[in-house]
Amino acid sequence: MLIGIFFGIVMFKSEAASWFRIYEMFHFGSFHMYGIIGSALVLGIIGVQIIKRRNIKPLDGSSMSLQPKEKRIVRYFAGGIIFGLGWALAGACPGPIYVLIGAGYPALLVVVFGALLGTFLYGVLKSRLPH
Amino acid sequence: MNWIYEPWPWYVSGPLIALIMFTLLLVGKQFGMSSNLRTACAAMGAGKAADFFKFNWKAERWNLTVVLGAIIGGFIASNYMSDNTVSINPEIAEQLSTDYNIESAGDSYLPTEIFATEMLSDPFILAILLIGGLLVGFGARYAGGCTSGHAISGLSNLQLPSLIAVIGFFIGGLIMIHFIFPFIF
Repeated sequence: MLIGIFFGIVMFKSEAASWFRIYEMFHFGSFHMYGIIGSALVLGIIGVQIIKRRNIKPLDGSSMSLQPKEKRIVRYFAGGIIFGLGWALAGACPGPIYVLIGAGYPALLVVVFGALLGTFLYGVLKSRLPH
Repeated sequence: MNWIYEPWPWYVSGPLIALIMFTLLLVGKQFGMSSNLRTACAAMGAGKAADFFKFNWKAERWNLTVVLGAIIGGFIASNYMSDNTVSINPEIAEQLSTDYNIESAGDSYLPTEIFATEMLSDPFILAILLIGGLLVGFGARYAGGCTSGHAISGLSNLQLPSLIAVIGFFIGGLIMIHFIFPFIF
């Protein structure tokens, strides 16, 4: 819960939850979004390497949730493009959708409803889609 | 205390996102914000319609708690930590105004022309929001993750599939903004 609250504040304050910033990013109008993702990524790569080399375990002693992804191409590429279309249209990816609801934009409830519907549709159509 | 109200620069926000990812890893979880949609569908009984939703969703309830946290975080940040405006590149703001009549850049957090509550009575805007959400939800599950799961978690773990997905995110986003927006707005 605390992690969620912190996440919400960071998403809002970094402006990564703003439609304007997403629009600007796809126009290559500012370094801002690339800086956020890039710096998170550089630290992420270093940190994950440290975790792997030192074999660090989560606090409860279970194994780290760093399983390799399936070796497929179609699903990642096709799914990625579909996600990208929606990301640019709604100007929000799944995390910020909730942050914006908390920030007082009821319009995002429609987006969540759409996202639930999309998730449901994928579940129903899964066996018929190329992966 | 001004730094709280100012937008946080990328070199603060990016490392904080990495910190969130590592905190989740340390408690045995994974940073990915779209999985909760599947959990929510399963919790609402979607398992009756598709096997994809037949899993022990109660074990994944933690990601619904994260959602609740994110909502509270958004409330706190917008009410107590921000003047709720976003200043983007002036050229882009100008272009939004001339091409699409979106004039609220610099005055609000989201374009009021799309996200203001009174706009919900406009069927066109309603369709934009619904289809946007639909594509996000469908695409995230098809690709097996969203911005956080692939662009941050997956790429941090040097996963090739995540790179393919992120390239897809950008192709989709660029197509929408540069080729579809001129037709719909």
